[in-house]
Amino acid sequence: MYPVIGTVLLFPLVGFVVNGLLGSRLKSEKIVGWIGSGAVGLSFLAAVVTLLQMLSVPADLRAQTVNLFTWITAATGTEGSLNVSAALLVDQLSIVMVLVVTGVGFLIHVYSIGYMHVDRGFWRFFSYMNLFIFAMLVLVLADNFLLLFLGWEGVGLCSYLLIGFWYDRKFEKSTTSDAAKKAFIVNRIGDFGFLLGMFLVFTTFGTLKFVSVSRQAMAFAPADPRIFWITLLLFVGATGKSAQIPLHVWLPDAMAGPTPVSALIHAATMVTAGVYMVARTSVLYALSPATMTIVAIVGGATALLAATIGLVQNDIKKVLAYSTISQLGYMFVAVGVGAYAAGMFHLMTHAFFKAVLFLGAGAVIHGMHDEQDIQKMGGLKKYLPTTYWTFLVAALAISGIPPLSGFFSKDEILTKALFNGSTLLWLVGFLTAGLTAFYIFRLFCLIFEGKPRYSAEIHPHEAPPAMRIPLIILAFLSIGGGWVGIPAALGGGNWFGRWLEPVFQPAASVSLLVPDESRVIEHLLMGLTFLLAVGAIFGAYVLYIKREELVKSLRHRFAGPYKVLLNKYYVDEAYDAAVVTPIVKGSQKLLWKWFDVGIVDGAVNGVARLFWLFSNVTRRVQTGVAQSYAVVFMLGILFAIWWLVF
Amino acid sequence: MIPLDYYLILSALLFTFGVIGVVIRRNVIIVFMSIELMLNSVNLTLVGYSAYLGDPTGQMLVFFVIAVAAAEAAVGLGIVIALFRLRRTVNVDEINILKW
Amino acid sequence: MERILFFVLAAVALVSGVLLVTRRNPVLSVIYLVVNFFALAGLYLLLSAQFIAAIQIIVYAGAIMVLFLFVIMLLNLGDEEKLAEHVNARRIAGVALAVALGVEIVAVFLVKAGSGLAVKSPAAAAIGTAEGVGRALFTRFLLPFEVTSLLLLAAIVGAILLAKKKMD
Repeated sequence: MYPVIGTVLLFPLVGFVVNGLLGSRLKSEKIVGWIGSGAVGLSFLAAVVTLLQMLSVPADLRAQTVNLFTWITAATGTEGSLNVSAALLVDQLSIVMVLVVTGVGFLIHVYSIGYMHVDRGFWRFFSYMNLFIFAMLVLVLADNFLLLFLGWEGVGLCSYLLIGFWYDRKFEKSTTSDAAKKAFIVNRIGDFGFLLGMFLVFTTFGTLKFVSVSRQAMAFAPADPRIFWITLLLFVGATGKSAQIPLHVWLPDAMAGPTPVSALIHAATMVTAGVYMVARTSVLYALSPATMTIVAIVGGATALLAATIGLVQNDIKKVLAYSTISQLGYMFVAVGVGAYAAGMFHLMTHAFFKAVLFLGAGAVIHGMHDEQDIQKMGGLKKYLPTTYWTFLVAALAISGIPPLSGFFSKDEILTKALFNGSTLLWLVGFLTAGLTAFYIFRLFCLIFEGKPRYSAEIHPHEAPPAMRIPLIILAFLSIGGGWVGIPAALGGGNWFGRWLEPVFQPAASVSLLVPDESRVIEHLLMGLTFLLAVGAIFGAYVLYIKREELVKSLRHRFAGPYKVLLNKYYVDEAYDAAVVTPIVKGSQKLLWKWFDVGIVDGAVNGVARLFWLFSNVTRRVQTGVAQSYAVVFMLGILFAIWWLVF
Repeated sequence: MIPLDYYLILSALLFTFGVIGVVIRRNVIIVFMSIELMLNSVNLTLVGYSAYLGDPTGQMLVFFVIAVAAAEAAVGLGIVIALFRLRRTVNVDEINILKW
Repeated sequence: MERILFFVLAAVALVSGVLLVTRRNPVLSVIYLVVNFFALAGLYLLLSAQFIAAIQIIVYAGAIMVLFLFVIMLLNLGDEEKLAEHVNARRIAGVALAVALGVEIVAVFLVKAGSGLAVKSPAAAAIGTAEGVGRALFTRFLLPFEVTSLLLLAAIVGAILLAKKKMD
């Protein structure tokens, strides 16, 4: 049905193998870069071909399973038999994800050729990136939970490898390796939940295939406790991967990696895996209103809290990291109120404009010679014009200014939050939208506008073409990416929503939510959001360009809250005190010093010492005098004859 | 006629003398000779049985024992010479470095 | 007549055996061992094993004992100290055990094996001749016989190697 879908996976894998095995021998950055980028580019072309094939068939025939090979066969035909195929579920949802992953991924690969120039781990970088693309594609194309989990762990591994890519560099108080370990371990907690959820799926449904699980789940009564626990546990996995409260702490630290990594993995693709997974299992979530509420609340809380933290951060990438967490919260609000298509829509537009923001930040860092503190920037507009314009476009897009992409997706989420959710949820989203516009323009103004605050020795320079061109393409996508989903209220056809409709049809049919729609209100909401965004942008402009002294006085007046925000609500410190320190101390004092050294080593050494003492006595028997042996020998013969004869 | 038992008891006594020689003497050559004595007492038993049972196997065995004894004497005395050259002694209780 | 001969030869064998073990001078020990071997050869003749008696004298008393004598003289060993001077627990235990072993062997012979055979087999005379031995040796026991030659060759090479001044 979709003959080229296999090659979508194959190209990045080949790229990974080639660059991983031969990269160090290929002396030329050019070849390594082209292999890495080309693999993803070819993969993107294959995905486009698949999309065209999909467009050529009627909507109800578009979802197809492509079986690659049988992966696991255990106890065939009996109760509890486990049969897992490496099969790809190609439907409207996964193709969107594949296009986003390969498309944005390709541009970021090209950008990396410029960004990673003269890095000694150049080939290593590209092989990891290709591996990541491969794992992410496995994740989005998987037709069952186990294969999805394989991709899920694969992207986690690549994330770990790439956060710690510059393993010898300092990062904040420790090293990038520590940041990588933190990301990995926090993700493990989420993965643990995901695994339990998967086990529960298997014991409940006897299969791991999404299609079968969804079909069987339709027969379950709403609010069945089994469904509740499955969805809740899977959501724990999603909070880990998608950096939602309370497992959001790893994402800001993940900024220790190279900036293209932050753009690709920690903004555009991997972190959205949780949203994708919820959308993929939408039927289960639709059947469990309690989990839906939890998802929406967690998403809303994350969106708001992360946005407030983003207001005061001074590291350019940290601001964007909290922005990402906040936007992911938005997506969870969307899937939490049953607006899966809206969540996916925001996922896609966010991938575009957040990629631009991160890549722009990368260009700034590159041009400023590894300076990341926005307090030491300013006035970069005239040195980095391309970066300036693209960053502006993306900032407007994330703020929700029409007709840029962010406006449509955000608006759809807010509308659905009000209709399907509650007023409070809408209010949270609405506030977050204002905060988003504010912090992103604070960032923008501090970087590009105003007077230079950096030392005279630094001479900012524009990025090379390899970095500029992806920025420009992605900026255009940030502008136009939203036009596929213009809502009916604005005269559009919401083509994107209708495209995904067959996928979410089962979920909608079992959903207990009662949509309550009215166009008048929708227009009103749009207007309100727009006005808020414009107001916030203007506020940022006034505070950070026109009247800088106001910032200082505000900071002074609200010193307490400011400190709390600057320290990210002390979540890291709280985790340190509550979880990390007890475990470390317990391991050191109890497990290491007492159990390992005392009991384990003691037992081993004790046994050895016992034998030593024993042999010290018995070795005296070995005198070396042959006649002694002869005497003992005779004794033996005496007994042997006695035994044999009598 | 003499019963076989006489030969057997004689052979047992000679064997016991050989064993005593092995355990009480210090000179390795005497120990060696005591071993030859033991071998010969066994030979006597074998020949005795051979004669009284009318079976040539016993005498064949004696023949081979003598061949082996010759070989053993040659090698054993070679070792004694090499040992004496090295340690200036033939006392078995002084040759005791093969121990803990 | 045969009985007298047996007791005389047995007495010679036992006395020379005791003297072999107890003499301080190793040369004397060798002489007594040779005497012992002659007595045994006589006993073999009594048992009508002519061939064995012959090689007992030629190989044992002749060749092997001469080799012993050579070595003792080569090493120029003096008299040993008296046996009584180095009595220790090991030796006492060894003698006790040896006596126990001897008693046990006699018991085995008397109780379990051989008792009751009072007359030599009529075939014995034919077996012990050079012809009888040769017939057996080159028919049934041909392979062991040939293997013996290998053993002797190995012993020759080994003895030369061991006795050489420098091993190189």
